[in-house]
Amino acid sequence: MAHDLRRVEQVMGLPITIAVRSGEGQAGLVDEVYGWLRWVDATFSTYKKDSDISRIERGELAAEKAHPMVRTVLRQAAALAQSTHGYFDLRAGGRLDPSGYVKGWAVQMASDLLLARGAYDHCVNAGGDIRACGTTAVPGTDRRRPWRIAIQDPWRQDLLRWVVSGDDLAVATSGTYARGAHVLDPHTGRPAADLASVTVVGPDLAPADAYATAALAMGERAYDWLAELDGFESAVIDARGRTWQSAGWPCHDEPVRLLEGVRP
Amino acid sequence: MRRVILALAVTAAAMVLLLSYKTAAQKADPPAALTNTQKTGTPAPTASSSTSSGTSSGGSKSGNKTVTGDSVDTRWGPVQVQVTESGGKITDVKAVVYPNGNPRDEEINAQALPVLRQEALAAQSAQIDMVSGATVTSQGYLSSLQSALDKLNGA
Repeated sequence: MAHDLRRVEQVMGLPITIAVRSGEGQAGLVDEVYGWLRWVDATFSTYKKDSDISRIERGELAAEKAHPMVRTVLRQAAALAQSTHGYFDLRAGGRLDPSGYVKGWAVQMASDLLLARGAYDHCVNAGGDIRACGTTAVPGTDRRRPWRIAIQDPWRQDLLRWVVSGDDLAVATSGTYARGAHVLDPHTGRPAADLASVTVVGPDLAPADAYATAALAMGERAYDWLAELDGFESAVIDARGRTWQSAGWPCHDEPVRLLEGVRP
Repeated sequence: MRRVILALAVTAAAMVLLLSYKTAAQKADPPAALTNTQKTGTPAPTASSSTSSGTSSGGSKSGNKTVTGDSVDTRWGPVQVQVTESGGKITDVKAVVYPNGNPRDEEINAQALPVLRQEALAAQSAQIDMVSGATVTSQGYLSSLQSALDKLNGA
């Protein structure tokens, strides 16, 4: 029977999981993908003093002379700032910090790399932001096995609120619950507190992650904006626990699920 | 609702007790755990054979199997998780290395460890591949847990 390959490494301050189904002979490729993620960390880190981003911030490096990937990211992130009406803000914390975009982008690129190199059936999870691709046939049947991604309750990690599944899927969740209200409304400078959790699902993790973060910052205004997003569906849990889903939210048959091991 | 919260609090308290009990015997482990970190990058199928120090401590005659996951560094310190399997089902999950330097750590442990246990027990019944959430606290635990699960599956 085919072996699945699953690895976890700590990169960008996060444990990043790469799973490749039927991954025999792909260990070297997975090494390469982690190498890519570490390169991203070294280049875009706001903590590392010699990263391109730190040097741009200190005025030692002109943005237009930075690595081509850095220019690409800054350009794409600036476009997102526009399409989110400024709620996705590269300078929300007062200094240049594209990390809210970089993580999703880097994971999407990692997934694209796996795909391009023949690891068709894979899933990459960076601290809860996930890109899943491909399906493996269930042995002995005609059925195929999509990746099943659960979205957790903001207050109780033993509770899964939705399960979405698919073979070409990006799932990004932003919440105020993990590190307190760390997302600021860039227009008021105050922590965003209306929404507890925003999940955005779509074909590309880079914008999905930024959209989830922007929606969290928008608060109540996020619903109309999320409903209008083209190609991306979303689910929200507000600070009072009420849920909202966009019209095309891809989860139909999965009820709220209590994890085993919690006694009533 | 109140009953649920109480039950959770009791579970958390029980875990903390269990963990404090483990702590004394634990002190010597982190160096070994750090050595293990090097192996984080080993593909899961081979990791099962190269696991160090007492990872198969469960009595094999009874069908119990205990494996220890890789040590995973978190911003609070290394964490390492142990999984017990019996008859193809996971029956227990505990942390054998975890940050315990200050009251804040205790607080995190009280919150993260029961959750970890539940996530592991649930993952097999709910057939979930990954969990999406904004959690940072338990990710280190989840990572170590995943590597333990890999070792179980790869064995």
